[in-house]
Formats: sequence, C-alpha cells, structure tokens
Amino acid sequence: MSTTVSSPNPGTPRPVNAGPGERAAAVSAKPVGWRTPVILAAFALIALVFFGLMGPNQTASFGISTGSDFFQLPALEINAFAGGLVLSIVLLALAGYAVYLKTQDRPAPGWLNVAFIVLFVAAFLIWVVGGARTPAISLAGLIAGSVTLAVPLVFGSLSGVLCERVGVVNIAIEGQLLGGAFTAAIVATITQNPFIGLIAAAAAGAVVSMVLAVFSIKYVVNQIIVGVVLNVLVSGVTGFLFSTVMQANKAQFNSPPGLDIIEIPLLSGIPIIGPILFRQSLVGYLMYAAVLVVWVGLFKTRWGLRVRAVGEHPQAADTLGINVNATRFWNVTLGGAVAGIGGSFFTLVAIDSFTKEISGGRGFIALAALIFGRWNPIGAFFAALLFGFADNLQSIVTIIGTPVPSQFMAMLPYLVTVLAVAGLVGKSRGPAASGIPYVKG
Amino acid sequence: MVRVLKLELRGITKRFGTLIANDHIDVVVESGQIHCLLGENGAGKSTLMNVLYGLYEPSEGEILVDDKPVSFRGPGDAMAAGIGMVHQHFMLVPVFTVAENVALGAEPTKAAGFLNLDETRRRIREISDQYGFDVDPDALVEDLPVGVQQRVEIIKALVRNASVLILDEPTAVLTPQETDELLDIMRQLKAGGTSIVFISHKLREVKAVSDTITVIRRGKVVGTADPAASTTELASMMVGRAVSLTLDKEPATPQETTFEVRDLTVIAPNGQHMVDGLSFDIARGEILAVAGVQGNGQTELTEAILGLQDRVSGSVTLDGKELLGRSVKDVLGAGVGFVPEDRKVDGLVGTFSVAENLVLDLYDKPPYAKGISMSPAKIMENAKARIGEFDVRTPSAAAAAGTLSGGNQQKVVMARELSRPLRLFIASQPTRGVDVGSIEFLHRRIVAERDQGTPVMIVSTELDEVMELADRIAVLYKGKLVGIVPAGTGRDVLGLMMAGIAPGEHTASPSTGTQPAATADTEGGDHA
Amino acid sequence: MPENPKPQHAAGETPETAPEQTAAAAAVDTAGGAMEPSAVPATAQSGQLPGGPDTVLRKIFTGSGMVSVLAVLLALVIGGLLIASTDKQVAATSTYLFARPADFLAAVWNAATRSYIALFQGSVFNPRGNTAAAQFAPFTETLTIATPLITAGLGVALAFRAGLFNIGAQGQIIMAGILAAWVGFALDLPLGLHLLLVLVAGIIGGAVWGGLVGLLKARTGAHEVILTIMFNYIALYFLRYLLNTPAFQRPGETNPISPILEASAVYPQILGGQFRLHLGFVLAIAATVLVWWLLNRSTVGFEFRAVGANPKAAQTAGINVSRATILVMAIAGGLAGLSGVAQVAGTEKVLTDGVAATYGFDAITVALLGRSTPWGTFAAGLLFGAFRAGAVQMQIQTGTPIDIVLVVQSLIVLFIAAPPLVRAVFGLNPRRKKPARAAKSRRAATTGGAA
Repeated sequence: MSTTVSSPNPGTPRPVNAGPGERAAAVSAKPVGWRTPVILAAFALIALVFFGLMGPNQTASFGISTGSDFFQLPALEINAFAGGLVLSIVLLALAGYAVYLKTQDRPAPGWLNVAFIVLFVAAFLIWVVGGARTPAISLAGLIAGSVTLAVPLVFGSLSGVLCERVGVVNIAIEGQLLGGAFTAAIVATITQNPFIGLIAAAAAGAVVSMVLAVFSIKYVVNQIIVGVVLNVLVSGVTGFLFSTVMQANKAQFNSPPGLDIIEIPLLSGIPIIGPILFRQSLVGYLMYAAVLVVWVGLFKTRWGLRVRAVGEHPQAADTLGINVNATRFWNVTLGGAVAGIGGSFFTLVAIDSFTKEISGGRGFIALAALIFGRWNPIGAFFAALLFGFADNLQSIVTIIGTPVPSQFMAMLPYLVTVLAVAGLVGKSRGPAASGIPYVKG
Repeated sequence: MVRVLKLELRGITKRFGTLIANDHIDVVVESGQIHCLLGENGAGKSTLMNVLYGLYEPSEGEILVDDKPVSFRGPGDAMAAGIGMVHQHFMLVPVFTVAENVALGAEPTKAAGFLNLDETRRRIREISDQYGFDVDPDALVEDLPVGVQQRVEIIKALVRNASVLILDEPTAVLTPQETDELLDIMRQLKAGGTSIVFISHKLREVKAVSDTITVIRRGKVVGTADPAASTTELASMMVGRAVSLTLDKEPATPQETTFEVRDLTVIAPNGQHMVDGLSFDIARGEILAVAGVQGNGQTELTEAILGLQDRVSGSVTLDGKELLGRSVKDVLGAGVGFVPEDRKVDGLVGTFSVAENLVLDLYDKPPYAKGISMSPAKIMENAKARIGEFDVRTPSAAAAAGTLSGGNQQKVVMARELSRPLRLFIASQPTRGVDVGSIEFLHRRIVAERDQGTPVMIVSTELDEVMELADRIAVLYKGKLVGIVPAGTGRDVLGLMMAGIAPGEHTASPSTGTQPAATADTEGGDHA
Repeated sequence: MPENPKPQHAAGETPETAPEQTAAAAAVDTAGGAMEPSAVPATAQSGQLPGGPDTVLRKIFTGSGMVSVLAVLLALVIGGLLIASTDKQVAATSTYLFARPADFLAAVWNAATRSYIALFQGSVFNPRGNTAAAQFAPFTETLTIATPLITAGLGVALAFRAGLFNIGAQGQIIMAGILAAWVGFALDLPLGLHLLLVLVAGIIGGAVWGGLVGLLKARTGAHEVILTIMFNYIALYFLRYLLNTPAFQRPGETNPISPILEASAVYPQILGGQFRLHLGFVLAIAATVLVWWLLNRSTVGFEFRAVGANPKAAQTAGINVSRATILVMAIAGGLAGLSGVAQVAGTEKVLTDGVAATYGFDAITVALLGRSTPWGTFAAGLLFGAFRAGAVQMQIQTGTPIDIVLVVQSLIVLFIAAPPLVRAVFGLNPRRKKPARAAKSRRAATTGGAA
C-alpha cells in the first residue's frame, strides 16, 4: 500500500496561498486586455463590410406569427442593405465603447458582449435572408426550431456543468446522450409507455456516468481517456444491439410511443414566446426546469456550495469533513442522468425510432456550449440556444437558397468554440480542480 | 465556553509503505497550553498532526481525548472532538467569500437545503471583534492578504468550537510584524482556554510562546525541552548533534564587478510591479544574498534574469552583455548557472532518470549531442562522474529523479548547474527541505564556487542561511530594495528591513513600536 | 480544463518532505503519471523499471505486459457474452436453463467462439482458402487496415509523450486526404514525382492542421482536447463543402465524391495486384522507426518528453515549450497525414466524406493500448487492424455486427488503464494487505497498485 505524503507536485496547481506574490497575482485576475475590444472591432468591421456595405439590396421578410397564434402580427420587412448598415454601425459603436472602456482600464461589462453577439447574429440573419432566392423566413419558426434543436444540447451541457463543477471532466456527454436515446427507445417500446422510457433514459445516462466515475475516481484513470473511450463503447454497444435486436424486430423493440407536445392554453398563442415556452414536450419543459434547478442548486444551496468547493479546492473540502470522492461520484452520476433525459429527446420527441449514432456529435456541441457558457447553467443554456439556432439556420438556408454554403453554417458552433477557448471572447476559467483526481493520503 | 480537553497521542506510528514517518510518538497536550512540536523540515511533525486531525490513519497507536481512546475516520470526527487545524497551505476556496469558507462543511440552512449565511456572518463578526481580527465576512478570500487568510482559518476552527487548535508552520508566510501579531493571538486564545499545538522549526518563535516543547527528529520524539533552554541547546536537540551555526569560510576577496542590474522592473500579468526599480552589482568572488519574506519579488527577480518573465524593463548585464530580452537558452549559454527555488516544480523532471536530469539544460550541447542526435553513453558517463563528485545517493544513474530524497534531488540540480564553467551562479532557496548533512555540503559547494571567482547570488527566506553565506545582504520588500548591508549586520536590523524599514529609519519611526513586548520576547530568546 | 492532470493530494505537509517520504510521494507521482498511469508509463519516460524486489514470477503476472494480455482477454470475454446474449440459440436454451444448464452454456460458448473464429479467419488465416495466397489473404487485409491505424496512432502517441491529448487525428487525416487527393486527381505529373507530391501534400495537410492546434495552445493556452475536437468537425464540414464544389466533385456526379486519383498518384501494391496491401504499410514501419528514434535518441524528442513530464522544469532548463508544443502537434499531424495518404492513395483512391472512416478515433485507442511507445503502438495497430479486417468476415459468416469491435476495443483500453481492476478480476492483486479499515485503505491500495 503506497499511500502518499503530499508534496508539491509539478503540474498540480499550487494553492493560491503559496505566497504573497502569488496571492497578489490572483487578487485582480481580471486584467483588462486589448483582446476583447480588438476582436469586437474586427467583427464589427466584418459586419460593416459584408452585411452593410456589401449587403444585398433586397427586402428580407421575417414572419413573426404562426397560424396557431391567437393574434397575428404582420411580418417584419427589412431592407437588407439598410438593416445591415444600421446594425453594423451599432456594432461599431459597441466596439468603440469597449475600446473606450479599455483606455479607462475598465473591462467591458457582460451585457456588452451579449448585446454584440445578438446584434451580430441579427445582422448576419438579415444578410443571409436578404441574399436568398426567396428572401422570406418565419422568424417564429426559426426561433422555435432553434429551441427544439437545443433541447439535447442543454441537457448535455448541464451534465457537463454538474460534472466539471465537482471536478470531473465529462467528455462522455455524447455517450450519455446516445445511451439515453437508445434506452428510451427500447424501454418505451417494450412497456409502451414513454414516461417509463424517459426514466430509463435517465438511468442509462447515469450508468454511463457511473463507469466514468468509477474509472476516474476509484482507478484514477485520466478522465479524458475514460470519456473518449466511453463514447466509443456506448456507440459500439448501442450499434451492436441496434443491429442484432432492434433491426430484427422493429415493432417489438424500436417503435417507441412518443411524448406529445403539451400546449398550455392561451399562453401558447403568444407570438414567438408562446411556442418557445408553452408549446413543448415534457422533455422541453423539463429542460427549463433543469436549468433553473441546477442554477439555484449550485449557487444557493448547501449542496451547491459543497459541490463547488470540491471542484475548486478538494483538499479544503476534505479537511472540513466533506467526502470528496463520494461527492464527485454522485454528482457525476446525476450529470449522466440529466444527459440521459436529453438523449430521450431524440427517440421520444424528435424522431420515432432509434438509429445508429442518432446523437450525431451533439454531445461535443454540448461540451462546447458548456465552455462557451463559462461553466454556468444559464450561460450554457444560452450558448446551447445559439448553437441550436446555427443548426436550425443551416437547414433553413438550404431551403431558401442563400449564397452561404450550409456546411459553413454547420461549422459555426465549432468555430465559435475555438474562438471562445482561444480567449478571443473573454477569458473562460473552469473550476480549478477540474480534471484532477483527488488522491487521499 | 470552551470545553476543557486533554489530548494524548500514544505510540503513534505512521508508515508509508516501508517508510516510517512517525515512530511510536507519545505527546500529551494539556488544556490551556501552547505545546510546541519542534523539529526540522521533514522530521514528521505534519504527518503526526494529520494523523491527529483524522486525515491519515495511524498504522499503530491511539489517540485519547480526556483519557478516552477515540478513532478519527476523517477530519469531521476530529472537529467533532474539538480539534481544529490551520494548515500550512491554507485550506480556503479562493473564489468563495469568507463566510462561505467558514460555513463550508457545517452550513446553516433554511428549508430545503437553501443556504442561510447570516448566522455565519454574525459569528465571524463576533470572533473578529473579540480578537481584533478585522475580517469582512463578505470579502472574497482570493482578494485577502495572507495574514488575513490565516485569520479566516483560525475563525473556521473557532466557529466549530475547537478547544485544541493545531497551527502547522503558521509563520512561514508571514512578515516579522504579522508573526508577532499571530503570537499575540495565540496568547489570547490560550488565555481564553484554547490549547494550541504549535508546529515550527523556528526557535525564536517557539521560545517566545511555548509552555512545553516536544522535539521530534526523524519521526521520533527525542525529548522535551523547557522554553527557557538556550537556542543552541534546542538546535542541537532538533538536529541531533552539536551544530555549529556558522560555516567556516574565508572572507571574500571581491574582484571586478561583472554582473550589474539597473532599474529592473517586473510587472505581473495583473499589472502589479513585482520587482520595482531594482539596481545592484555583484563582483566576481563575492556572494550577494537576497533576503526577504517569501513573495516580495525574489522569484520574479531570479526569473527575470533568467528570461522567464514577460514584462520586464531595465537592464541586466553580465560581462558587459545585456541579458534581458534573450531566451532562457541564451542566458544559460552566457554562463549563468541557476538553481530554482522549487526543485520539484522547476528544477527536475521527476520521471526522468538522474542521468537525464543531469543534462537537462545541456542535452543539445556536445558531447551529449551531435546535431539533433543524442549520445546516451556520454550522458551516462557524465552522470557517473557527477554522482561521485556530489555524493548523490541514488540506486543508479538510471533511477527516476523523483524517487530520491529532497537533499539528493537538490544535489542533482546543483551538480548539473555547477558542472559547466559559470560566469554567474544564482541559487534560490538552495537548501529548502534539505537535511542538515546535505545543507553543509551544499553550502560548502556554493562558497567554493565563489572562491573560484564566480559572482554568486543567493536568494533565501531563511535568515540563518542568509547570514551564514552572505558577503553582502540585499533585502527586498514589496519588490523594492530596502537596502544592501554588509555581512554581520544584526538580526534585528535585518528583521526590520524585511518589513520594509531601512536601517537607521526605525528609530525615527514611531509606528514600528506597535508590538514592543513581542519583539523584545523574540529577541530576548535569541540572546539566551 | 487544467492541463496535465495530476492527482491532488490530501491536506498536509507540503514543503516539509521528509527524505524517507519522498519515495512514497514519487511512487504516487508515477501512478498519477505525467499523463495517466498507462498512457505514459514512467518506465517509458525514464527507461528504468520501478518497483520493489518482487519475484520474477510475480513480476510477469502483475507486470504491465501481463495486464495488457489479460485486459485483451477480459474484453474478448465480455464481448463474447454480449454476442451470446443476442444469439437465438442461447435465447432458446435459456428457456430451459434450469432443466439443462449444460445446453445453455454450450450455446453461449458456441455463439461467442463461432464469431471469434470467423474473426480470426477474416484477419489472420483462412484454412478454407484454395491456395496459400488465398489462405493468407486475410492477413494482408489486416496489414492494410492496420496501416492508417499505426501512423495515426503514432501521431497520438507522440503528442501524448509531450503531454498533449491529440484527439484531432480525425481532422488531420481529413485535411491530409483533401490535399493529397487534390494533388492526385487534379495534377498530371510523371510517375514517381506525382506520388511523392501526393505524399508531401498529405503530410503538410495533416501537419498544418495539427500545428495550428499547437499554435493556438501555445499562444492562448486553450486546451488541446477542446481544440482538436472542434477542429475535427471543422475539417469534416470543410471537406463536405469542397465535395460540392466543381474543383472537387467528380464531373457529372451529384454525390459528394471526387474524381479517381491518377494511376501515377497511388501507392503501388507491394504484394501484387491481388492484394490491397500497399506501400503505405512500409512507410508505417519506417514511421515507427523514425518516431522511436525521435523520442529516444534525438534532442527534439528529449525536449518533447521533458515538456510532457514537467513543462515548468523544461522551460527553466531553456527548452522552448511553445516551440515544442507547436512542433510536436505538427509532427503528430504529419503522421496522421500519412494515414490520410494511405486512404486516398492506398485503399480508396477517391476522396469522399468518409475518407477518415473512424481511424482518427481508433488511433486514440491504439496509442493508449500501445502505451504511447512507438512499437507498442505498432503492435496495437496490428491488433485493431486485425479486429477490423476480421469483423467484416465475421459479419458475413455469423451475422455478428461490426460494432462488436468497438465494444471490445474500448473495453481493452478501459481495462488497460485500470490495472488494479484487471488484477482484481483475475485474483492477481500483488502484496495483498490485511484488510485494514475498509474504504480508505482499499482506495489507497488501488492507487499504489498502479505504481
């Protein structure tokens, strides 16, 4: 038994209190750099040149109401050239404000980045639609579709939040989604009950997570390795069982009854908001609930305080009698269950049966959303919405015929994430002890 | 208010594999006492306290609280029994507030597990007022100075009604002033009925506050001592033989000045001036020791010279050539030998063999490499020679460096850096965590390098080491040079300089006399 | 995510490291590993075996080599059980399990072995072949499939040794495939020169894509795992875009597929026209030798390993960590690029969006199984190549889906990464201690076992 004496390990982040010098370095860890203002300015210029000056002189029409709304609003009609110009000038102004703040040595406030992203996306949208063969889309449909596509992403990134906040890197989100999708399909088919399928999906995600937890906590295997390998394992097992069991007898094993859309009377008729908030499947409503519960739980409760302590400074938690590895184990398991529910969306809501690799890499987009959302449930939610939007726009632009190849739209979440992790969109800092196993003396 | 508690460790043995960190240790802590565990670095004091605090399980032996045996399965049990511990490296979550840190593990909650930190805030203010801590419950811990963080740790223990408080090397990161304040706090706590286990290897502090001293050496209790015993007496007990506190060295014969630092400024990523307008020279054949409390810019100073810091201005010349703005490789190539302050982090690659570590910065130079092709035979040859020369105790040259003891690891680093002709030798904390036998050896090698006519710069936070090696002493405070004084300058003067007060200034400044009693105490101990 | 994960140790003495205690700490250090216990074994780094004076026999049974063998065995057993669980005969016999358990067990055995025998026949030796050539044809197929696995695996392994987690082989293969294929079908060059140019273009494509990750990591500190995952998708969508452009799409074709490469641009088949085995395999052997030399005998490799094991110490010793990071990712990308060339100039001869198949992801498991050593990766590449080749035959003969290979492959890697688990399954845990107080000491024992 070779237990350990702790010794300063190379590579182990040194405790913040190592010395006044290092502490001082941590004091104001928000140096105001040129990076953000410069990037904002660059993007504002891109917007000005492409969306503004080179904008198509055509009227883009955005439908706001759908037929089922209880009152109708006229479609929004915007001249793409003018709209692009106005928006890009606003973007330039925002970038200018960030530059001004930098000269005053003040960081750009959070709303500035958010506003910039929203306006940039709007300018982009006007440009895309304005340049299309049929320059009209339903804005309401676009947004509602984005939310739908974002559902598994949100669940996946919440799983990531739960795991990383407690100090375990979860690369296995993809596997958890896939496992959930498969289990939901087969169990719901056998029991002819989608709710049992939903619960089974959560259980399947939890099982995948438990393997991650056992290997990374008990056997101290590198968490990234376990995650990568788990994705392959789940893909293999579900693929194998799909080929042997499901394909042989689709009616018996792969025809799950779906979860219906539940409309809340009146409220669901509100334009734009209605379909998003009040015309969802059970999984969709659970998504909103889960985001709120995880956020409140993490930041307002005893459980959350302990979870974050374990993810930031496990030794400190340990010296206060908190069982670090048990906390990690159960949180990772919970994360898996959440992702599993997200997986059930594929087979119980979106499509009525399971196919191989049905999750199609969305687990990795969820991972991206987690980082882009800065390890915060709310942030991850909006990041997932943005990526869902890109996903939805991709299919819409192919229909309306725009100059932008759909592959570039599909590439967008990944490009945005690269920019995010490269620090171009502000610094993102994960939990300090994430990815580092805790070995007790 | 505080429960009376007698604490006894009986026959505690702690093994790590075949290694014995604690060997049948008996210690009794009486209520309301300050009980000091005195021992060298690595004697096993912290291991013992981690056993007492429930972090390690003892391999043998038992812990008795009020004469009843107890078994601690974790820190929770120890805390429940009234034991609190302030670790050497604070156990605080930097991104949490003080209140959150204090509440953690015993959080007051409303219904459904929602946090309710009002009660915690009230307790923090209460304790803070009682002891004059001046701690804001809603401050973020990462924004607090080290001294205040330490008080947060003490509050954490007091909030949990600790009647025995373990302080593990609490003064290592404090300035002399902060140290005096801490010693005062310890006396106050004692007056309030709290027992304190004070772990230290600093004799003056131990003598200043202790009621009882237990001396530990190589994992064993070697005896108890009276705080009134003389410093040399305690030192020899601690080390195990009569120690001469001075090194035999010839007086320096400084030659021409070849190393010059002018207006050196290093700015941290957060904009803070870690080194601020530093200027000094070192002549060939002399040792300049840079003294100061840890974290006053020493690390940045050495790293800036070596080329490891980004935002540096000023000038550093060696043999008339500018070093700033050059790569680390170039600086090393200019003949700078560098022993970094933390050998495990900066000095060695633990999983590499001793032989590979001995060429860590020479691997691409002949004879070890031709072009990009390396010669393992030459590397091995070099290793054998260095191991013999420096008496490195290793199973073989192919053993992983991480498996060697601290002293032998340091010898590997020192052997590597001294194995080539040097124009400047910089050693940071050259003997930190090294056993006494190796310390003497390493010190002699450093002096030998000086006597060969190399300018030598030693950075140390240990005043003893500074006074032993230095021909001149430069004191840093908050990145600024407080002054350069000759060897043989009194400890009291150096102590004040380390607090930022230039020599001659302190008599005029009334603000320094805030802790006259404590200062007198520590100094009195020194002369005993 | 922090880089270079290391175990964080419990509270306690930090700078106060007793001489006697350092060894224990170091033991756990190696268990925690520079990367991870098995991915980058300390032995590989220092060239010396750690470990106490165990008996030779015990060493054989508890050593890492044995663990690898047992891990493969265990994974095959579990895979076999999975096959059996969906077998009709097994299902039939299970209905009267308690009446005649022997039938059930025989059915399980048959189901599993039938598949594995087919796997073997499809990957190594087929006794039903008419000629010796036909009998050994499966083995040449194994080598063919192993080729891209080995080269991409080497890329992953090399990056591992420098402390970098290169999940981006997939994207690197794609970028290499794009460039190599374009040179192959769009240019008209003399024999020899054309192929050389294809090869160079592929290597450059992979190296640039890999090096870009290294550059971003070195410049901005972004984590390479996230970067490489994202780069994989970016490369894939870029490829899909190109295959819809006139420059890449085969004239008259609506599917996303490129023209066929010129005859002068493809690898010669080294065993004659009847076997697919091509020159790429010889290049894979050469690459293995090169990587071995690079890691163990060159200053560049010394820098890579130093940066991987302790970047701060490497930097202090004058090694340019940024340069090493960029360089190692570029070389890793170049190696993955060889896989891309093997695909477009060796086996496929066209460019489709499936050019990388799953070789890039399989390469990770190959490198892990090979413990990030060049020859270990080579051997692991052969093994997984055999699985892939045999799985095709298995599916034809027994109807067992190819996916079982993914299951076995991932289980092998999981087990290899957790030697204590494998030893526990086979009852081989060394130096079993008296079960002291339950949970804690058990946990400690498992970490110690990895050392």
